[in-house]
Amino acid sequence: MPSPTDRKYTKEHEWITADGTMGITHHAQESLGDIVFVDLPKVGAELTAGKTFGTVESVKAVSDLYAPVSGTITEVNETLATAPEQVNKDAHGSWMLKLKLSNPSEMDSLLSAADYDKFVTEEAGH
Amino acid sequence: MKHITRKATRHISQNEGLIFEKSSPGKAAYKLPPLDVPEVDVAALLGKAERKDLGNMPEVSEIEIIRHFTRLSTWNYAIDLGMYPLGSCTMKYNPRVNEAVARVEGLANGHPYQPEKISQGALRIMQTLSDCLLEITGMDAITLQPAAGAQGELTGLLMVRAYHQSKGNPRKKVLIPDSAHGTNPATAATVGYAVENLKSNSRGMVEISALEAQMNEDVAALMLTNPNTLGVFEEEIHKIAALMHAKGGLLYMDGANMNALVGKVRPGDFGVDVMHLNLHKTFSTPHGGGGPGSGPVAVKQILEPFLPTPILVKHSDDTLGFEYNRPQSVGRVRAFYGNFGMFVRALAYIFANGPDGLRQTTEDAVLNANYIRKGLEGVYDLPYSTPSMHEVVFSDKIQARKGVKTMDMAKRLIDYGFHPYTTAFPLIVSGALMIEPTESEPKEELDLFIEAMKSIAEEVEEDPEFVLGAPYNSRISRLDETMAARKPVLRWKPEPKA
Repeated sequence: MPSPTDRKYTKEHEWITADGTMGITHHAQESLGDIVFVDLPKVGAELTAGKTFGTVESVKAVSDLYAPVSGTITEVNETLATAPEQVNKDAHGSWMLKLKLSNPSEMDSLLSAADYDKFVTEEAGH
Repeated sequence: MKHITRKATRHISQNEGLIFEKSSPGKAAYKLPPLDVPEVDVAALLGKAERKDLGNMPEVSEIEIIRHFTRLSTWNYAIDLGMYPLGSCTMKYNPRVNEAVARVEGLANGHPYQPEKISQGALRIMQTLSDCLLEITGMDAITLQPAAGAQGELTGLLMVRAYHQSKGNPRKKVLIPDSAHGTNPATAATVGYAVENLKSNSRGMVEISALEAQMNEDVAALMLTNPNTLGVFEEEIHKIAALMHAKGGLLYMDGANMNALVGKVRPGDFGVDVMHLNLHKTFSTPHGGGGPGSGPVAVKQILEPFLPTPILVKHSDDTLGFEYNRPQSVGRVRAFYGNFGMFVRALAYIFANGPDGLRQTTEDAVLNANYIRKGLEGVYDLPYSTPSMHEVVFSDKIQARKGVKTMDMAKRLIDYGFHPYTTAFPLIVSGALMIEPTESEPKEELDLFIEAMKSIAEEVEEDPEFVLGAPYNSRISRLDETMAARKPVLRWKPEPKA
């Protein structure tokens, strides 16, 4: 299934739209397995591109979340605290955070949907 | 479909509730003689401290107690029933001689508060075990206090920090390879260090150029498991140690996989500065629920001042005792002196084997792992072809094409009468099957295991849906792990009394 083309992607398997809404990819939720806990920062927290800001816990492992770009959190998807399975059901429709970007040009260095899908295929080829 | 296997067969297994649920008022498993001393007024003596309601104390007869625990015990899988190939855990046989020695009256009834002068035998056991472990590891000094591997790691890293602090700068980071045990980064973070990931190369080893690039004066230590969690010996270990030392860093070795090295090579000789041992892995003391564990930490001379207090010393009159006055020590890490019963068992194991026996044990552990590797190569994908030491890591790549993952096959293995292997670890192998037979297994048991694994691979080809429904022969079918994590029931509550 090709990734949606209305957003950008990272090699750490996160997606982000032009208005700063972000989540993890379908491929990410698939490799993680059943997600049981999503740990996110609070509104107002500052994220730095490439740095970890939270974790996703599945029955298999706990994985770090990496900020695709820098910015300030304006909104957190609180429903994931009680219903983390939404990420498994619809990863591209279940946003985690909304960001006010501090450096919008960072978006330019992220992957397009086609490049991300290619990266996933290559990574699985190990 | 292969419902019948050579090792396992169905046996009636009896249901058993909680002992609290079996209780009925007035039942007892004892009968006290008539009171032959004056009765006391408890309330007058204890006042408010007298407890009238004992809560849910089970009231059952003796045979009910015996049956309760006997029935529960039949639900267990244990090394005494068959192979326990849980990779990275070294689930080896716990020799009966260890138990016999640990039950010698003077040892079993010894008390940590008894004076040193009547504890000389116990202290000599600790001293002799320390000497043996130092000889085996090639290190200079040791503490037996830590109660398990992870506590050993914590103790080791606290010493690393104290060492750097004594030089004026505790440093900031600890390097940890991406193949490491999860406890390593947890330990480093607990001690206040930032964790920096070190990527492995295509042979499953530390990439020297990456270490060179990441090593600097901010790095306190590298935490390395050798052989690592892929069961691969770090061939460049001398170079790794030299790179760490050149920038003033220390090399910590996670000794979880020491079963592959005992009697053959010594970490102290290849540059390790501090390491822990797991007596409950390498030295045959019980592992898991039976425990308790024991995780001695051995160090080089430079770290000796920082060992936990007290340390074992020989007094001027040649008696043994404890020294508490250690100003640079990281302090005590465990009440009393550690899990003494495990010291007795580990020493019994070392003496029963002797140097040649220990060497043979190591060779047999490596031989067994390679026998399984050879038997299953081609049936399961082998992501790293580097020679295996004491364990072998396959992946579920071939079976995943049919939608069957490592966890599903592990569940099916239960039907064949084996404890599952380790699934989904190490993290650098997607869909890992991590298999460690240990030296305890005879060839016949290894052949049964290989046959079972081959049979499961055939089942995946013929009828993947069947494997996805496993286990079928166990007491309970597959558990809903997701529900258990999302909506855990953490406490048993009694049914309201009618």
